[in-house]
Amino acid sequence: MEQFDPRARSDIYGQRINRTSSPLRARSVPYLSIMLASVIPVMLIADVMPLVPPLGFLLLLGWRMVRPGLLPLWAGAPLGAFDDLFSGQPFGSAILLWSLAMIAIEIIETRFPWRGFWLDWFTAGVMVVAYWLATLLASGAPVTSEMLLVALPQALLAILLYPIMARMVASLDRFRLARARKIA
Amino acid sequence: MAPPSSRRSGFSRKAQYSLFTGYLLAGAGALLGLALLMLSLWQPSAFAPLRGGASDIVTPAGTVGAVARTETQGFFSSIGGYFNAASQNAALREEMEIARVRLAEADAVRAENRRLKSLLNLKDSEVKPVSIARLVGSTATSTRRHAYLSAGANNGVTPGMPVISERGVIGRVLETGRNSARVLLLTDSESVLPVRRAKDDVIAFAEGRGDGMLRVRLVNLGINPLKVGDLMVTSGAGGYYRPGVAVAVISKITEDGGIARLVAEPAATNFVAVEPIHQAAAVAVLRGENSLGTPEGAANAEQQPSSATPTASAAADDR
Repeated sequence: MEQFDPRARSDIYGQRINRTSSPLRARSVPYLSIMLASVIPVMLIADVMPLVPPLGFLLLLGWRMVRPGLLPLWAGAPLGAFDDLFSGQPFGSAILLWSLAMIAIEIIETRFPWRGFWLDWFTAGVMVVAYWLATLLASGAPVTSEMLLVALPQALLAILLYPIMARMVASLDRFRLARARKIA
Repeated sequence: MAPPSSRRSGFSRKAQYSLFTGYLLAGAGALLGLALLMLSLWQPSAFAPLRGGASDIVTPAGTVGAVARTETQGFFSSIGGYFNAASQNAALREEMEIARVRLAEADAVRAENRRLKSLLNLKDSEVKPVSIARLVGSTATSTRRHAYLSAGANNGVTPGMPVISERGVIGRVLETGRNSARVLLLTDSESVLPVRRAKDDVIAFAEGRGDGMLRVRLVNLGINPLKVGDLMVTSGAGGYYRPGVAVAVISKITEDGGIARLVAEPAATNFVAVEPIHQAAAVAVLRGENSLGTPEGAANAEQQPSSATPTASAAADDR
């Protein structure tokens, strides 16, 4: 069979015979990817205004919406603590806000069990804007009109970035479940 | 997509309990976060060691990024240079002629200065930087403007030290890790810096606005003497910065001062120097008084305009 089509016995996760997915990879990829997304914005020098949308939070939303049930309800607190170490916000702000976001999505999900992409995007957009406002208030700096004005692109970018993040989560999920381990 | 049916608890006790525990843990996490947030708003330096350790880990990666950034900047500017090379060449030549004359004048002034100072028995010591380092990162998602420096406590950097590039003031060290430090940039809305106009002694405070500009507020109100294009330099009040380092150029006049653009943009710098605190003894005394007088805590105290004002008047008395 394979000499006609090398992918005859495989699916999107790889070959089906003799292979299985690695449990370590299946468990760690969501957490590692969110943590990486928290660290990446640190590498940019933004001296004038907040440039980058909260990538860590967006990826958390992505994993939670695209793969419901994968992250436990309490995952917001430890991941938020990691984000707080790098984001420049006062320590504790992401622990609080990410936990609240996870609870909010859980409640929304029990209300609207049948959701589609557009409802997901709408939910993520509302959550991201609320998060953006809350981080402005929690940053410890007085909120002025100039500051709102320069931070506005960040909120818009975050809304527009969600579909890309969702696609990224989908491909990360394929990587997560890829059959990498050989069964002897 | 509907949530997987395994997540409906149904009649299973185990599923019901685990769902309940999940809510309980998430709620506890949120409450813990609220408590920590309150604590760190009240005592901003409470989690400094934790953050220092974390930034130590990412600094090596940031250094690679910083090298790449400065190199690409050089690359793009050298391409851009070809487009207006001829006109720029003429303009630069003219500017250089003028600069040469000014330089000669400055030499004369410097010589005169030295003579007058020696008459007064004033000693002008060279400031030797504590450390030369790169800015390796910043808090790009937050509204706070902090930058990460690739030198820390191991290099002798301590909180409060001014960070200066070859063009002017960048900011001040806020927290240190072993091999990294967090710098409060001038554009942060909590940053206040005593400045004066370069050509005379109009003194003011330069406060970060949070949008990349500085608000310059005059200490003596009355007729606003500032003009667009005036260069503001550090006045040395407060004891952190040595006097005479370029800070900002006025770009707009307001009722009580002006709005100024930074001279030294952190994103455009390659290396920065961490200098020792200019008047360390005075700063130590002021810090001690502030931490007793206000509930804000020592780390926050020097950022408040109210606590910086007596320093400014004290420095004015010195003159």
